Amino acid sequence: MNIATKRWLPHMFAALSLLVLLYPLAWLLATSLKPADEVVTSLNLWPSRPEWSNYTTALDGVSGITVTQLLGNTVLIAVGAVVGNVLSCSLAAYAFARLRFRMRKVMFAFMVATLMLPHHVVLIPQYIIFNRLGMVDSYWPLILPKFLATEAFFVFLIVQFMRGLPRELEESARIDGCGPFRIYRSITLPLSRPALITTAIFTFIWTWNDFFTQMIYLFSPEKYTITLALSSFVDQSSTSAYGPMFAMSVISVLPIVLFFFVFQRYLVQGMATSGLKG
Amino acid sequence: MSTVSTRAPLRAEGSGDRPRPTGRRPRGVREKRWPAYVFLSPWMIGAVALTLVPMAVSLYLSLTDYNLFDPPRWVGLRNYGDLLGRDPRFWRSVGTTTLYAVVAVPLKLALALGVAMLLKNLAHRGRAFYRSAFYAPSLLGASMSIALVWRAMFNDGGSVPRLLESIGIHTGSWVGDPRLAMYVVVLLTVWQFGAPMVIFLAGLQQISPDLYEAAALDGAGRWRQFVSITVPMLSPVVFFNLVLEIINSFQVFTPAYAVSGGDGGPADATMFYTLYLYERGFVTSHMGYAAAMAWLLLAAIGVITLVLFRTSRSWVFYADEEGR
Repeated sequence: MNIATKRWLPHMFAALSLLVLLYPLAWLLATSLKPADEVVTSLNLWPSRPEWSNYTTALDGVSGITVTQLLGNTVLIAVGAVVGNVLSCSLAAYAFARLRFRMRKVMFAFMVATLMLPHHVVLIPQYIIFNRLGMVDSYWPLILPKFLATEAFFVFLIVQFMRGLPRELEESARIDGCGPFRIYRSITLPLSRPALITTAIFTFIWTWNDFFTQMIYLFSPEKYTITLALSSFVDQSSTSAYGPMFAMSVISVLPIVLFFFVFQRYLVQGMATSGLKG
Repeated sequence: MSTVSTRAPLRAEGSGDRPRPTGRRPRGVREKRWPAYVFLSPWMIGAVALTLVPMAVSLYLSLTDYNLFDPPRWVGLRNYGDLLGRDPRFWRSVGTTTLYAVVAVPLKLALALGVAMLLKNLAHRGRAFYRSAFYAPSLLGASMSIALVWRAMFNDGGSVPRLLESIGIHTGSWVGDPRLAMYVVVLLTVWQFGAPMVIFLAGLQQISPDLYEAAALDGAGRWRQFVSITVPMLSPVVFFNLVLEIINSFQVFTPAYAVSGGDGGPADATMFYTLYLYERGFVTSHMGYAAAMAWLLLAAIGVITLVLFRTSRSWVFYADEEGR
C-alpha cells in the first residue's frame, strides 16, 4: 500500500459510514416529499416530483390543533425547562463548589447517587403529588421539577466546571466586601457560561425529544406537544398518510438540527467532558 | 472545558472537593453559613419533595394494591411474589430487555470504539467534521420522529426488507415479525453510537504518543500496540461507557413504544421493561404493581452496577494508581 492510499483509506471508510448513517435522515426528507402513490411502489429514494402539499397538510396538524400551536406548546415547555434548569442547577452547583455548610458531603453524595436513579422509582408518587395538586393535564409537572434542580446531571456538570475556575477573582471580591450572592451573580455565573450553555442546550433537546413524561401528564389535544401529536400516528399502518406524517416529523426535528449546527462545539465538548447522553 | 490551575501561592493545596477555609477575613469573622442554604433551597426542596419522599412512597405503594382513586390496600409482598412467580409477561419483558441490552450495548460500543480509532488518525479538520457528523444521530435518535422513521423503514414495503429482498433474503416486515421486531430497536440504538464515540475519542487523544513510539521501537505491531497500550489505557473510558449504556439500555421507552405501536406487540416481542411498567401503572392502573416493578428495576441496576464495579478491579487500569 503506498502512502497516498494509506492516507485516503480512513477518509473513505469515514465517508462511507457517514453515508450509511445519514441514510435514514435522507429517507425521512425524501418520504416527506413523496406523493402517496410513490411511497411503497417506487424504489427510488427521491420522489419523481416533490409533493409540497404534504407540508401544507402537515401544517393543519392533528385533531384540529395546528402545527403552529403544537410547536408553540413545545417551545413553551422547553424554554421553561431551560430557564428552570440553568437557574436552579447553577444555584445548587455554586453552593456545592464554593460554600461551606453542614452535611455538605452527605448532600453531595446524595446528589451524585441520584444520577443513577431510574426515574421510574419516583414516577408514580410524583404523579400522585401532581394529581393532588390539580396539575395533571397542565405544563407544571413538566416545568416545575426543573426549577427544583432535579436533574442531577446538570448540577454535577456545573459543579465540575466551577471547581475548575480560579478563586482569585472571588477572593478579591470578597475582600472588597461582596457577599456570596453578588459573587455568584457577577463573577462565578458569567465565568461559567460554557457550562450553562451546555446545560441549556441539552435541556432544550431532551425536553423537545421527551415523550414519556408528556404522554402521562398531558391529555387535552390543545395542550399537546409536537411529539405527542406524532405519537398518534404510531398505530397508523396505512402508508397513504406517510407523506404528511413525515412532513410533520421533519418539522419536529428541525429545531434539533438547527441547534446542532449552531451549538455543535458545546454539544460535542459537553459530551466529551461529562459523558452526557444525547 | 479546561481546568484552570492557578492557585494562590500562599495557600495549602486544597483537596479539590472541599472548599478551603475562606482565609483571613477582617477581625476573624467566620463565614456565614445561611447563604449556602439559600443557594441550596431549590435543590433541597426538590430532593425532599420529588426524590426522597416519592422514593419512600413508591416503596410503600409497591406493598399495596393501588389504582390512584381508592386508598391503597396493604398486600405485603404479594406484588413482588406475583411478578416473580406468576407473571409470564413480566418475565417476557425481562427477557426482551436483557437480550436487547446484551446485543445492543456491545455492538454500539464496539462500533463507537472502532470509529473513534479510525477518526483518531485523521487530520484535525477531518476529525472535527466527522466527530460532529457521527454525533448528530445521538441527538435525533431519542425523538419520536426518528422512531417512526425506523418503524416505516423496517415495515412491509419499507426500504430495509426491500433492499434485503433484492439480494435474495426474504424477511418481510421486521416490525410485524416477533423474532425480528426487537432488532429494529437494537439497530436504532446502535445508530446512536456517536455519543460513546466522542467519549472514546477524547480518551484516545489522552494516550501519550510516546507509549506507541516506544512500543514501535521495541518491534510491536499494530495489533500488539492495540492490545498492550490502547486497551489498558482506555479501559477506564470503556468502563464508564459500559456502565452508562447498560443503565440506559434498561430504560429504553420511546423507540419500543413507536416500533410496537404502543402495545409491545407483535406477541409482546417489543414489550420492553419500561413499556410493561407503563402499561401496568398507567393503562390498567395497577400502580402498586408498577411501583414494585420500578423497585425491581432499581435493584437490578444496582446489582449490575455493583458487579461491574467489582469486576472492574481486574480489568480497568488506572495509570495514576500504578505502583501504589
